[in-house]
Amino acid sequence: MELLCPAGSLPAVKAAVDHGADAIYIGFKDATNARHFAGLNFDGKKLDKAVDYLKKHQRQLHIAINTFAHPDQHQLWYSAIDRAVAIGADVVILADIALLEYAKNTYPDLTVHLSVQASATNASAIAFYQRNFNVKRVVLPRVLSIHQVKQLSRACPDMELEVFAFGSLCVMAEGRCYLSSYLTGESPNTVGACSPASFVRWQETEQGLESRLNDILIDRYGPSETAGYPTLCKGRFDVDGQRYHALEEPTSLNTLELLPELFAANISAVKIEGRQRSPAYVAQVTQVWREAIDSYQAQPEQYTAKQQWMGQLAKLSEGSQTTLGAYHKAWQ
Amino acid sequence: MKYSLGPILYYWPNQQIEEFYHLAKASSADIVYLGETVCSKRRNMKAQDWIDLGQQLSQAGKQVVISTMALLEAPSEIRNLKKLIDNGDFTIEANDFSAVEEAHKAKLPFVCGPAINIYNAYALKVLLDQGMQRWVMPVELSRDWLQKLSNECLEMGIRERFEIEVFAYGHLPLAYSARCFTAQSEGKSKDNCETCCINYPTGRVVNSQEGQPLFVLNGIQTLSGECYNLINDQQSMKGLVDIVRISPLGEESIEHLEAFRLRSNTNEHFPTPDSVNGYWHQIAGIRQQD
Repeated sequence: MELLCPAGSLPAVKAAVDHGADAIYIGFKDATNARHFAGLNFDGKKLDKAVDYLKKHQRQLHIAINTFAHPDQHQLWYSAIDRAVAIGADVVILADIALLEYAKNTYPDLTVHLSVQASATNASAIAFYQRNFNVKRVVLPRVLSIHQVKQLSRACPDMELEVFAFGSLCVMAEGRCYLSSYLTGESPNTVGACSPASFVRWQETEQGLESRLNDILIDRYGPSETAGYPTLCKGRFDVDGQRYHALEEPTSLNTLELLPELFAANISAVKIEGRQRSPAYVAQVTQVWREAIDSYQAQPEQYTAKQQWMGQLAKLSEGSQTTLGAYHKAWQ
Repeated sequence: MKYSLGPILYYWPNQQIEEFYHLAKASSADIVYLGETVCSKRRNMKAQDWIDLGQQLSQAGKQVVISTMALLEAPSEIRNLKKLIDNGDFTIEANDFSAVEEAHKAKLPFVCGPAINIYNAYALKVLLDQGMQRWVMPVELSRDWLQKLSNECLEMGIRERFEIEVFAYGHLPLAYSARCFTAQSEGKSKDNCETCCINYPTGRVVNSQEGQPLFVLNGIQTLSGECYNLINDQQSMKGLVDIVRISPLGEESIEHLEAFRLRSNTNEHFPTPDSVNGYWHQIAGIRQQD
């Protein structure tokens, strides 16, 4: 099982490699990837250095080109694929069928993984991508229960499956959520960002600290509450007079307890979310997961998710809470 | 310009569905989309019931398309999808690539629905080669985006091979989740939901703490809190859009369709309180631009 870790900066690449990642995934410094934030991602010398570091330590490089090409600008996205090939990336992660078609026709030997943004959640959808674009691996959206993951694994024996193991939790099927553009005009599919920072305002008022997105009130915090980033699906809203997290609470996904089941389901890779997080976060999460995977592989029967690991991961989580998310039916 | 009635996104009792389509038969709608697109637990209408209903509408001169689900996660859902594809009479609307795959295998032409992510002409070309006949634009895209995409299609010589349909009235389907938000709102889990969404024929409104309508909960689907309405934007669709879609909210949606048709050739501004059109104008969807 491959441990695949995020990197939004050169120090994060080094942190992931030094703490035991088998592979790293990154994006270029433009709108071709779904973590298009200021001060994040790679180009020029930083990119060369990242590639050198990975090659020197014999780790795999995956490049996410997982937004959708705009009409009359497809060259930007095609060039991103060309560039990934030119620097010797091991894998490109794509979602747009236009880009999958380009990759297949231009670089038939390139290893292509299907991004979570393509939202392939069943065997027939996976067959579509396999038949048309020779996709080697599918990253599963965070909407399937562990039972459904196992079913898919049995139904698609020739397809590698990758799952999100830890990090921010999208409550919606990835790639199929336009909530951000509804409130701001910008969405992951169109600009590569959800709830973009340029629309965020925090304001102290008499009713408490307010977080707003494009002037729309997402949440209000009492004096004893920790204010979170106003990701629009994680606010407190009113439904028929009840005020609660109507869509999702600020928590993180943590599947450490499910590791034996993920092995049993023949999962090829566990993915850590967080290209926008700090090198310290990448280092700590990578280290815990490395230890957990090694511990399972050494003695599968004895494996338990250690309290110490769970505590370390909880500290790195949104709202200091973790959940099994959709993997656990009760959450759904 | 042709006008269509999109699939009913909500869970209505069978009688309400039958009454709605009884009116649809007598309406001026050119195309009627039928079927469950949101949740496979909504089982009052079986695959065959939709197909039977389609036959009645077809006899009344309507072009019928069977719409399929957007989020398919279980083998049973794929089996049901295949059943709909094998209906023998009607094309289907694919809202997931599984439906594209199965329709292609069955050599059945299909409509690409709004839940499939197609953002450029090169992606459309891939689907044309799979058997696509019509494309419903993703709801988050604008007129400007459509114009550029359409020009790309003209340059590639593929524009004549398919029709373009735009979601123009109703609450916009914005997201799909593993979670059932309607069940959650009643303190139930999805497994024990008792299909409580049948109690909310237009979903449950989610307001901000300042009382601004943001979203509508409709089972695992999240819709826009405001009603999208492009009735005054029809002039800007000329030469670009072939079909205007009205998404049913209730029996009054039939009247909305007639109102759209009446006002398709006028610049006269029709008052549209409490509705939005931002997406069409390439701004936040929740905004209204006159």
